[in-house]
Amino acid sequence: MAQPLNYLKESPSQTAGPYVHIGCTPNFAGIHGVYDHDLGSGPMASDKTRGERITIRGFVHDGAGMPLKDALVEIWQADADGLYNSPSETRGSADPNFFGWGRCPGDMATGEFVFETIKPGRVPFRDGRLMAPHISFWVVARGINIGLNTRMYFSDEEAANAEDPILSRIEHRVRVPTLIGQREGDTVTFNIHLQGEKETVFFDV
Amino acid sequence: MKNTLPETTPFFARDRAWHPPAFTPGYKTSILRSPQRALISLEGTRSEITGPVFGHNTLGEFDNDLIVNYAQPGESAIGERIMVYGRVLDERGRGVPGALVEFWQANAGGRYRHKKETYLAPLDPNFGGFGRTITDEEGNYAFRTVKPGPYPWPNGVNDWRPAHIHFSVFGHGFSQRLITQMYFEGDPMIWICPIVKTIPDEQAIRSLIAALDMNATIPHDLRAYKFDIVLRGRRSTLFENRPEGN
Repeated sequence: MAQPLNYLKESPSQTAGPYVHIGCTPNFAGIHGVYDHDLGSGPMASDKTRGERITIRGFVHDGAGMPLKDALVEIWQADADGLYNSPSETRGSADPNFFGWGRCPGDMATGEFVFETIKPGRVPFRDGRLMAPHISFWVVARGINIGLNTRMYFSDEEAANAEDPILSRIEHRVRVPTLIGQREGDTVTFNIHLQGEKETVFFDV
Repeated sequence: MKNTLPETTPFFARDRAWHPPAFTPGYKTSILRSPQRALISLEGTRSEITGPVFGHNTLGEFDNDLIVNYAQPGESAIGERIMVYGRVLDERGRGVPGALVEFWQANAGGRYRHKKETYLAPLDPNFGGFGRTITDEEGNYAFRTVKPGPYPWPNGVNDWRPAHIHFSVFGHGFSQRLITQMYFEGDPMIWICPIVKTIPDEQAIRSLIAALDMNATIPHDLRAYKFDIVLRGRRSTLFENRPEGN
């Protein structure tokens, strides 16, 4: 027997369940008076935030093509210069007027999620090459046993997308469009498909 | 987060055999909500190793006290009074300071305060069923609540959830993000629950069962349950000429 390594095991995930709103977005769930606002709700950019305003809209679809009406979507992104508002960001100071994290429950009637934010700048990959502008997504819901990680890239960044180190490593090129938000004007549409022919690429991050 | 080097290394690979798989037909809702294709491995870039930091000004005075945070003045929630406490750790066994922990649960009768909830058990007018806190410098957290009741749910004809509390936890990197559930020591319902059984490993299930701690119990007031939560660990920074880690 060798020496024990003594690592702990990560706590196993369990589904967020149908009532995730109670804990994460209680005002959205109609429970008022405890939190003054739901964390991560509302516009992510203020008047002072640098960068180009965009609105991201989308649905999370199940394997029968039906939009989930009980999903919770979180996003995390860099500022307009490609800097993250995090102590682990060592390349400089991010825009102090941009937190970079948002949370939105799918609408209870339609399932749509909406984020009002800015377009992020480019962030370097581990070897220094620049990644194309992208936003990290994390999706939880009833029936999802462990949160799903994906990324949204932008349709108006064809050249940057073509040299992106993550997009380039996807063997099945036909799946790459599942990661591209379609931009029209200031709106970027990003639909997530949990299953089926259009299944979104999810990452083991 | 004290005066230490910034955490710039990627996280340990997630042990996917320890977590529940996406497709678990015993939990019916997972059937149409489970991706079927392989996940694409992505070694942590800046986008994964960074994450939001929540300041203590996020919190209200009673956010960690579910016994009173929704109650009328002078009143309190009905049920077995308990305290849940523990540490948020990483896989190296180090405390995770400044971690936002959110929790939600049914009331003592097994009823959630949610417009889509249809169980016949009554709402408690003094119980909202949620709270949050931020871990201290050693990763400690604690909150007061009442013990949630078990409840039936539409899956099998006669499926019941064991008493449980949902937890949402942020670490220091967005890829540490975790949602899980805490169960209570001694509950026979744990081992017949289709959602618990999505976890393939019995030891993994046991790591979600909080222990009754009579030493932390407050006499004539409330009992204490200890529940530690482990987030992914970071690779080492021993060789500092490689700022991204080894």
